Amino acid sequence: MLRFVLRRLLQMILVVLALSMLLFGWLRSLPGGPVSAILGERQTTERREALEIALGLDQPLPVQYLKFMDRAVHGNFGTSTKVLPGEDALVVFWSRLPATVELTLLALVIAITLGIPLGYIAARRVGSLTDTTAVIFSLVGVAVPVFFTAFLLKYFFAVEWQVLPVSGRQSTGLDATQVTGMFVLDGVLTREWDASWDALKHLILPAVALATIPFSVIFRITRASVLDVLDEDYVRTAEAKGLTARVIRGRHVLRNAMLPVVTTIGLQVGGLLAGAILTETVFSYRGVGDALATSFREKDYAVLQVLILATAVIFVLVNLVVDIAYAVLDPRIRTR
Amino acid sequence: MSRRRTVATWTTAVLAAATLASCADSQRDGEGDSGGGSGGDEGTFVFGAAGAPEMFDPYYATDGETFRITRQMFEGLLGIEPGSAEVVPELATEWEPNEDGTEWTFTLRDDVTFHDGEPFNAEAVCYNFERMFDQNEAGRVAAEYWGYVMGAYADDADNSLYQGCEATGEFEAVVSIKGPTSGFPTMLTLESLSMQSPKALEEGDANGIAAEGEGFTFPAYADSPVGTGPFTFGEYDEANGEITLERNDDYWGEQALSSEIVFRVIPDESTRRQELEAGSINGYDLPNPVDWAGLEEEGNSVEVRDPFNILYLGLNPEANPQLKDLKVRQAIYHALNREQLVQSQLPEGAAVATQFMPDTVSGYNTSIEPYAYDPDEAKRLLAEAGAEGMTLEFAYPTEVTRPYMPDPEKIYEALRTDLEAVGIKVKVASASWNGGYLDNVSGEPGKYDAYILGWTGDYDSAYNFIGTFFGNLKDNDFGTDAMPWGKQLADDLKEADAIVDEAERGAAFEKINAQIMEEYLPGLPISHSPPALVVGPGVEGVTPSPLTAEEFDTVTVGGE
Repeated sequence: MLRFVLRRLLQMILVVLALSMLLFGWLRSLPGGPVSAILGERQTTERREALEIALGLDQPLPVQYLKFMDRAVHGNFGTSTKVLPGEDALVVFWSRLPATVELTLLALVIAITLGIPLGYIAARRVGSLTDTTAVIFSLVGVAVPVFFTAFLLKYFFAVEWQVLPVSGRQSTGLDATQVTGMFVLDGVLTREWDASWDALKHLILPAVALATIPFSVIFRITRASVLDVLDEDYVRTAEAKGLTARVIRGRHVLRNAMLPVVTTIGLQVGGLLAGAILTETVFSYRGVGDALATSFREKDYAVLQVLILATAVIFVLVNLVVDIAYAVLDPRIRTR
Repeated sequence: MSRRRTVATWTTAVLAAATLASCADSQRDGEGDSGGGSGGDEGTFVFGAAGAPEMFDPYYATDGETFRITRQMFEGLLGIEPGSAEVVPELATEWEPNEDGTEWTFTLRDDVTFHDGEPFNAEAVCYNFERMFDQNEAGRVAAEYWGYVMGAYADDADNSLYQGCEATGEFEAVVSIKGPTSGFPTMLTLESLSMQSPKALEEGDANGIAAEGEGFTFPAYADSPVGTGPFTFGEYDEANGEITLERNDDYWGEQALSSEIVFRVIPDESTRRQELEAGSINGYDLPNPVDWAGLEEEGNSVEVRDPFNILYLGLNPEANPQLKDLKVRQAIYHALNREQLVQSQLPEGAAVATQFMPDTVSGYNTSIEPYAYDPDEAKRLLAEAGAEGMTLEFAYPTEVTRPYMPDPEKIYEALRTDLEAVGIKVKVASASWNGGYLDNVSGEPGKYDAYILGWTGDYDSAYNFIGTFFGNLKDNDFGTDAMPWGKQLADDLKEADAIVDEAERGAAFEKINAQIMEEYLPGLPISHSPPALVVGPGVEGVTPSPLTAEEFDTVTVGGE
């Protein structure tokens, strides 16, 4: 197991290195750049050149890349030009990460706690009204774009009924203490319960909007997988042996049906990170996704690089965890 | 295997949480501070900003979102009359040039202190000028506005407009400049040239900017600015995207009416609108013109600024030699139905432009007749020039809205239709604003034959408009370098700019404006468009500024 994990981590380093090179070249081959973003209408050839020289953007790509790597090895990943000017890009990432972790965790919890039970129930009652309704909902969930869901949610819950806030992470003037950057947790840790509650209220709409797609996918995979397993010989055997329905459900059906679901969840985390870009933008939720959108719009190279690389690392790590969970669920994999 | 291990894991987790909890103490100021409800808190004005500020030292700042915030905290020697572009006294009560316009004596207010308690006096003024003048390598590139208006820094003092500052009395400072220009002293209204506390600048190592890893790193001062204005810096809560300013109770002038201003960063325009509808912000900038009527119906007030900008169709004879012919340029101008464009694509209050500056700028020539919309004349001129059926690579920017062009694509489509109607073959080109458009337009030579772009004035100066466009012969977006009159125009502009007498200078610029439109026509001025801001019900005291330089000290937030 340890060797497996180590090998995967080594692979990850190689992946990140290759990605960093591709990313570096790709970003800089796009037209425009941070200089246009900074100068705007004031841009003249002279001023642009002066700024390019100051920021080292006039040098050949390989030289720029080597300098970047040299700095990165020393823990300096470049300086933000627009997202948080003057700040180290890695600091920007760390400061934005807790918000996104909080958001994606809640979205994932929503998707899993609704998706798996509903999928199981739908499979057990194939063709029933419950099943049909759930299937239709999951189709809608996949088909409707996140920004539209978000707009509707905001319109009804925040503007019309005013039960939840429109956007942001916490209400103005709350003066909450920040510890971890995950505001719900911070409120608990500091016993500022109102801050925790306020942060949770701000989380609900974006988390629901973000959860729609993973929920639909998890639901459908669970349903299909349970249907498959229910048809397996060993389930029939278990029934023939006279095992109770509860034991069959827990030990034979669910456990076996969970394998593809767990894989899906791992993949969905990647999807969640992508979805967070849109969701965070429309909810003015200051997480990694929002920073990614801003850095792309403003061509903030340093931040863009770090965010994409860090996202890749997270994705690889999550999938590593999923693989380990897989091994735990399926003894056959462990022995291999 | 697992029950014992599970118990152990949970125990560890609970212990860890308990440990964490014990080190995380609440750092709240006191009870009862948590309004929870946001906007509408008594005395707090919450404004939805479209973007985050760059930093808080206006000297290095370059964008409107930063200036909007720093403007509430800082003041310049000269100010701007709210609601206009007119220069009025601020920290200086009077200013007088010597005969040749190279030495300016500023009489200062004697009752001003900085937020840190330091006195404002002539020494502080000179300290500020020297601080701005004496920049390191990174600072010289980063400080865009100083470079733009003064031309150079201490390392290249001969080419700098600024030559020195002397405190000739406790409240009298003399600033020397290289030669007279229309921009001085009006440029002292620029937010970047505001007065800052010498002690705070010194202690925060304000000039310690450095270029590092594709960006600039800023010194500590940039996060703790100290000025003289009606508001002081509170905090920047980066995690929530909120900047809080507090009322300066020791302000020399009338105290601000709100005790606090909060700027909330909400990049998405429709979200800003929803926040206003939900009552959690009290106002925001640049509402989409399409929404103006709806916002008013809901009880908000849309505050329309007088236009202080120009949208033009730029022409580049370096990219398309056919454009060197005045007849071709005139033909293109006659082909454009600008009246209709203004009515259908621009917000109420927009106007057709007759020259490259709005009528509020001194030097505006009222006798210039607008080019009439006349497709037949356009066709005739094209035929005369032998350019019937000419091809024009005409470009517009995507992923951007500017005060002078709320929707570039729609404006472009209207213009393109007009051009095609007179037989010009338009080769459509576009690029995103930061993704190459500006590079293509302002490269030497520029890439497009024609493009749309514009400008919002920095202060009341003709040179700030037409000087920016045509004053730099070698490096401008209109390729005037390729035209026989290009040098003459650039020289005339510089000459007019150096006239000391205001009336005489105005007349000189009027003459140049007429020449530009009648003899040269280097580009085609299209329109002036009024940007707006919107405030919710109960908000009073916002005076829209043509320079988007609103001051919020007069704003009150009432109940609904």
